[in-house]
Amino acid sequence: MIWQSVTDLWYGFGVALQPQNLMWSLIGVLIGNLVGVMPGMGALSTMSMLLPLTYSMHPVPAVLMLAGIFYGSMYGGAIGAILLNLPTHAPHAITCLDGYPMTRMGKGGVALSITMMSSFFAASTGIIIMVFASPLLVKVAFEFGPAEVFAVMLLGLLAGSTMARGSPLKGGAMTLLGLLIGVVGTDSNSGEERFTFGLPELTDRVELVALAMGLFGVAEFLRNVNRLKFAGAEMKVTFRDMRPSTQDLKRSFLPILRGTMVGTVFGAMPGTGPTITTFIAYALERRIARDPSRFGQGAIEGVASPEAAAHAKTQLDFIPTMSLGIPGDPVMALLLGALLIHGIQPGPMLITEHADIFWGLVASFWLGNVILVLLNVPLIGIWVKLLRIPYRYLFPSALFFIAVGVYSSNNSLFEIYEVLFFGVVGALLMALDFPVATILLGYVLGPLVEENFRRALVLSRGDPMVFFERPLSAAFMVACILLVAGQLFFLLRGTARRKAVQLNA
Amino acid sequence: MPEHPEPKAPALSSVFQRVHKDVWSGALFALLSIAVILKSRSYSIGSLSHMGSGYFPAMIGVAMLLVGVAIGAGGWLARPARVEKPAAPPEWRAWFLICLSLLLFVTFANHLGLVAATFATIFVSALADRGNTWRDAAGLAAAIVVFGVVVFWWLLKLPLPLFTWE
Repeated sequence: MIWQSVTDLWYGFGVALQPQNLMWSLIGVLIGNLVGVMPGMGALSTMSMLLPLTYSMHPVPAVLMLAGIFYGSMYGGAIGAILLNLPTHAPHAITCLDGYPMTRMGKGGVALSITMMSSFFAASTGIIIMVFASPLLVKVAFEFGPAEVFAVMLLGLLAGSTMARGSPLKGGAMTLLGLLIGVVGTDSNSGEERFTFGLPELTDRVELVALAMGLFGVAEFLRNVNRLKFAGAEMKVTFRDMRPSTQDLKRSFLPILRGTMVGTVFGAMPGTGPTITTFIAYALERRIARDPSRFGQGAIEGVASPEAAAHAKTQLDFIPTMSLGIPGDPVMALLLGALLIHGIQPGPMLITEHADIFWGLVASFWLGNVILVLLNVPLIGIWVKLLRIPYRYLFPSALFFIAVGVYSSNNSLFEIYEVLFFGVVGALLMALDFPVATILLGYVLGPLVEENFRRALVLSRGDPMVFFERPLSAAFMVACILLVAGQLFFLLRGTARRKAVQLNA
Repeated sequence: MPEHPEPKAPALSSVFQRVHKDVWSGALFALLSIAVILKSRSYSIGSLSHMGSGYFPAMIGVAMLLVGVAIGAGGWLARPARVEKPAAPPEWRAWFLICLSLLLFVTFANHLGLVAATFATIFVSALADRGNTWRDAAGLAAAIVVFGVVVFWWLLKLPLPLFTWE
């Protein structure tokens, strides 16, 4: 079994090292690194902008490039967080806490190199676990009937909405909205058109690219216009500044291990995004530190551990996405959408049927991470300069790229109206503090959830207990109930405490 | 940031701000859910063992209604507790121009061709930012037109005519 994994991985390296694949992977990593550094541009909007470009490509390089954008942006995000106190990417919000104080102390370069080391170590660990755990997961996945698929997707949806930033209720609301948007179009069972309002363009579902670009592109521009000038300030980081001292290395060694562990544990749970793992890793470090007061003042542990956790989690997130077809977060949902567009059904069969994609992707992670480390050392200076592109040039150009990108995905101008619609809706929802990213989760999973829900109940002749009678499905359902009960508990306790505070005051 | 005048809350928005944001969020969501439920009833509902095309959307609608009410109720209870930071002043002109720029892209791409559509989109949306003058916007638009024609039309063979008149 292990031997099989190793030979498969070897095959994967062969795929990833083909010049064409390597080139697209490199392009993805570079672009991701760039947008990760820039505020107002995220991995999600970039991936959705470039998604149409991949339609004409072979699926392997397409997926390698999209995945490269994702983990490239993870590296880039740390740069903005540490040097400029800008959390351009949610998981790096925690990194700001100690990373930016280090920069002010003149140790920004050290923080960056420690970040790179911990990212690389954690990503490698994540990849190794992925290589050996995936075949096991596939074995389990073959036991999956419609009831199990529905139960595990429900768990993913619930976890995704409760673990998002902000109120779990509002996260749930957005997931439901996503499910609803996923319903728009022709019903696959009866052929009836639902929620199309007589528009023929809507019979073929809402376009994934249009939805993503509206929510993460146009909505962001509407919110940031005239409020964001540019992020950057003058900042010089030379190669020599980046060399950590032995003391720095010693201090960050154990936090890196602990962070990786946290990321790995949470990696197995679908729906928990990388952000939550960074918070837990940071809290853990502070709890066990001999002198917790150093945190927030430039403690290197506070940079090393959360970054390791985020990267381990990021790699492991690919496992449920690829082998079960359940994306852990919106970025994964977009990647899943890309696979579906290329006619590849993620699921237990993916690893055997599309071995080139799966093992090529795994191998390209490694190559991509090596490339990132090599790239980032000389390129940091350039990234810092790029942070000074004014937003007033950035967003009009991006609007044009969005328009062209959406048009080219189906050669249909109607989809630009969709972008505009979701842009306005997204901006409105963000103004009301809704976490819009989970909409994408609901949208991508919607049709699969409905299909499996219907099928399970047809098989059981309408008996809803079917979800609790089969052991695997029952386990997932119990996990769902625990999740909701836990959220309720925290909610009630929070309210009770607030009341107590008010009474005392 | 260019110097903003201190945001003076107009009468209308102060009414909105007196109630917690979540009350509005919940109400909006509950309204939407009712529309969803009503619309779902126009499709065949069926039974649990043989679901019609309206069953699943109706289920979502009911769940949305519950969540919407819960959000609204939570906001109502939390009403006096939170002091929200003063909102940035609304950017009506910028919002209008950004939306207009996308509409112009569709219209111009249909009737005048890619070059006009590109120029219009970037020119109009660039004017949304107060930091851009007419000249800045025109310059940026011209630069991106050249880039767009080379990359999308010439290299990627975008099936839109450069110039047309319809």
